[in-house]
Amino acid sequence: MSLVKKAFLLLAIGALMLGIVSTSFAGPPGGDVIEKGSTVAWWLWPLGLFVLTFVLGIVAVLGGLGGGTLFVPIVGGFFPFNLDFVRGTGLIVALAGALAAGPGLLKKGMADLRLSLPVGVIASACAIAGAMIGLALPANVIQTALGVCILGIVVIILKAKKAEFPEVKEADALSTALRINGIYHEVSTGQDINWKIHRTPLGLALFVLIGIMAGMFGIGAGWANVPVLNLLLGAPLKVAVSSSKFLLSITDTSAAWIYINNGAVIPMMVVPSILGVMLGSMVGVKILTKTKPAAIRYIVIFLLFFAGLRALLKGLGIWK
Amino acid sequence: MEKKQAATEEQLRYAKLLDIGMKVGIVILFISFLVYITGIFSPFVPVDDLPKLWSLPVHDYLEKTGIHAGWAWIHLLNKGDFLNFVGIAFLGGVTIVCLLSIIPIFFRKKDPIYGVIVLIEVLVLILAASGVFRTGGH
Repeated sequence: MSLVKKAFLLLAIGALMLGIVSTSFAGPPGGDVIEKGSTVAWWLWPLGLFVLTFVLGIVAVLGGLGGGTLFVPIVGGFFPFNLDFVRGTGLIVALAGALAAGPGLLKKGMADLRLSLPVGVIASACAIAGAMIGLALPANVIQTALGVCILGIVVIILKAKKAEFPEVKEADALSTALRINGIYHEVSTGQDINWKIHRTPLGLALFVLIGIMAGMFGIGAGWANVPVLNLLLGAPLKVAVSSSKFLLSITDTSAAWIYINNGAVIPMMVVPSILGVMLGSMVGVKILTKTKPAAIRYIVIFLLFFAGLRALLKGLGIWK
Repeated sequence: MEKKQAATEEQLRYAKLLDIGMKVGIVILFISFLVYITGIFSPFVPVDDLPKLWSLPVHDYLEKTGIHAGWAWIHLLNKGDFLNFVGIAFLGGVTIVCLLSIIPIFFRKKDPIYGVIVLIEVLVLILAASGVFRTGGH
């Protein structure tokens, strides 16, 4: 870990510790947290968020999943925060992760602007609608739908195949007109890979749904972007994954603004979460360069399944 | 098929601005959070009250705290909690600035379709950020 990263880590931990010891900005005495009959100091929750998001940051990198996808169901299911604020925070966490990854992916030519921008327009516009719907619906409906969605993601992760270099015999008329094609250097084989895409109109239509779900549930949408870009449109896997990550920075920006402007953002939740995920991601990348434990995929699947089940049962009023 | 460089001019421009913007945003967020939790500026919502509030639906939260949604936070930057919105809004604005920066490149390259696509994207994001989309809550 570089000196800068170490300093950042120390600063983050120090900041949270300062918050723990500082009472100068607290409200009147006797304001201890009374939550569901238990007395818990207020600072334990943001500290818990920081620790959890740090772990999620590591797991997300090793498991190849965005932090937002894990964040919303887990925090929504096991923390006392209302789902409105969890979704607002989840979107900003996912946005920060996408912004951090963007420069490297663009510079290497892995994330492709010509591929990302047309779908980005559709996804970001629909994410606004999704966020509006999400904030207007009753909590139990959103909670139930989130549970179904997360369990669906588990199925997608388990079942969806990936194609390193999908065969695209002929580019369709729309992608040809938009010149959505490219060439990237595959380091592992030393080859330059030419790629083009097909089925563009259908892919664009699917991004309507992806955008709505991203905004409604605040979970980012990498889990849906990648299969559509890779399996349906035929972009090479690395281009699809990188472009998806970049795309999140556009989709989540529009959805996050709706949550911000509707008051569904609490800084005491957002900042520890962003710091935790970012530091966790840095540690995760370090671990990833040395080893990629196969078991981590199953841990991610288990976490998602458990959190999805919890959301579903909570929404249905079975597991309160 | 047209051969493309690994990273095009517009990608490099976008990446450069995004890199700077993201780092500046995180630093702002970190400093403002330090100010918040050290109590240098007193918060609008006392931290002891937060646990009673963050479990409420957003509509009830706004009603109980007297917080006005939208860009009203800009008038409350002397409050520790609202100061954090500077960093949050900065991160929310980085993509818009990056997109704006590449529009001229597309038009210069005689690629007006992508110039217009980016322009539409910018308008979508500005519309989202403007605060015109409000929900009555639930």
